[in-house]
Amino acid sequence: MSKLLILIPAFNEEGAIGGVVNEVRAVMPGIPVLVVDDCSVDATVHKARAAGAKVLSLPHHLGLGGAVQAGYRLAFELDYDYVIRVDGDGQHDPRDLPKMLEALEGKGEREKCEMVIGSRFVDGSGAHSGWLRAIGIVFFRAMLRPIIGRPVHDPTSGFVGVNRTALSLFSRSFPLEYPEIEALVVLQRKRFRFVEVPCRMRPRRTGRSTITPFRSLYYMVHVLLGVFVNVLKFEGRRK
Amino acid sequence: MDRLLNVMTGFSVLLIGMVLLSVRRAHIRVEYSVSWLAAALVLLALSRWRALLDRIGSAMGINDAPLALLVVTGALFLLVLYRLSMMISSLKDANIALAQRLAILEFRLESHEEAKTPGN
Repeated sequence: MSKLLILIPAFNEEGAIGGVVNEVRAVMPGIPVLVVDDCSVDATVHKARAAGAKVLSLPHHLGLGGAVQAGYRLAFELDYDYVIRVDGDGQHDPRDLPKMLEALEGKGEREKCEMVIGSRFVDGSGAHSGWLRAIGIVFFRAMLRPIIGRPVHDPTSGFVGVNRTALSLFSRSFPLEYPEIEALVVLQRKRFRFVEVPCRMRPRRTGRSTITPFRSLYYMVHVLLGVFVNVLKFEGRRK
Repeated sequence: MDRLLNVMTGFSVLLIGMVLLSVRRAHIRVEYSVSWLAAALVLLALSRWRALLDRIGSAMGINDAPLALLVVTGALFLLVLYRLSMMISSLKDANIALAQRLAILEFRLESHEEAKTPGN
């Protein structure tokens, strides 16, 4: 039987993490839930453990990519076949997890793939969470189209599932800051396949989004550079 | 303008002294002091060797020797900073890998101990 792990990276999410873990466990009973705590200074670890999750505690703050990669490394070492990442702020709806897993397993008429993205926009029904994010998504969609060779509706989604092949790659090398878009480019360059599955997105349960105009600009420049470097790296290898 | 060259000489000597002192006190590792010492020695040589500085200046299209020295200084320090950025990146990668490894080992140790505890 295939082994699935639900991975939840969290940083100072004491207000939401318990609820997220409980919801995941209710939807996917018997499936292990791993919270990767990125050195929170609040009660995230305690709340996650109390809700029944295992916790991988990082000794210092590594950022989202470093936390996710730590989880991928552990999952790879523990021989998991699939890992689905859910954000710790409660924005991702765990009720979408079963169809993410079905897509990863290639059940039904679906083509088997290495990565599944839970997308707010694939069926055109999703709502943007803010004008800055909306601009970013439109911009990155347009930028990724020629690189990936097909449309990606929700390139910034963190609701992502990977199979063991992608897990093997990401446990060795994973973008450390703002990983979602760069990871897509890395996958495409390795000729891995991905599919988008329509998913629901909810407002944050607690806390505030860290997106500001300056951070958005930094994010765009950083991701553009990361994508450019990844394209060059792989183009160089092909020669 | 010779005063500027003298100032650069003093600055180079000061930099060499500070770097050597820091190495002696183990505040800077020897391998990281090399680029600073090399840059300071080049500046010292150029600030004292006027003929060489004039030649370099004319090769760059700068007739003013002190200005040429400032341009060379800027370029040298940019190179040193670039090298430091590479070192920091490499150290950061190593640090992230170590932090992840430590967390994973701790997790596996805890799981192992939980499994050994009677009643589990």
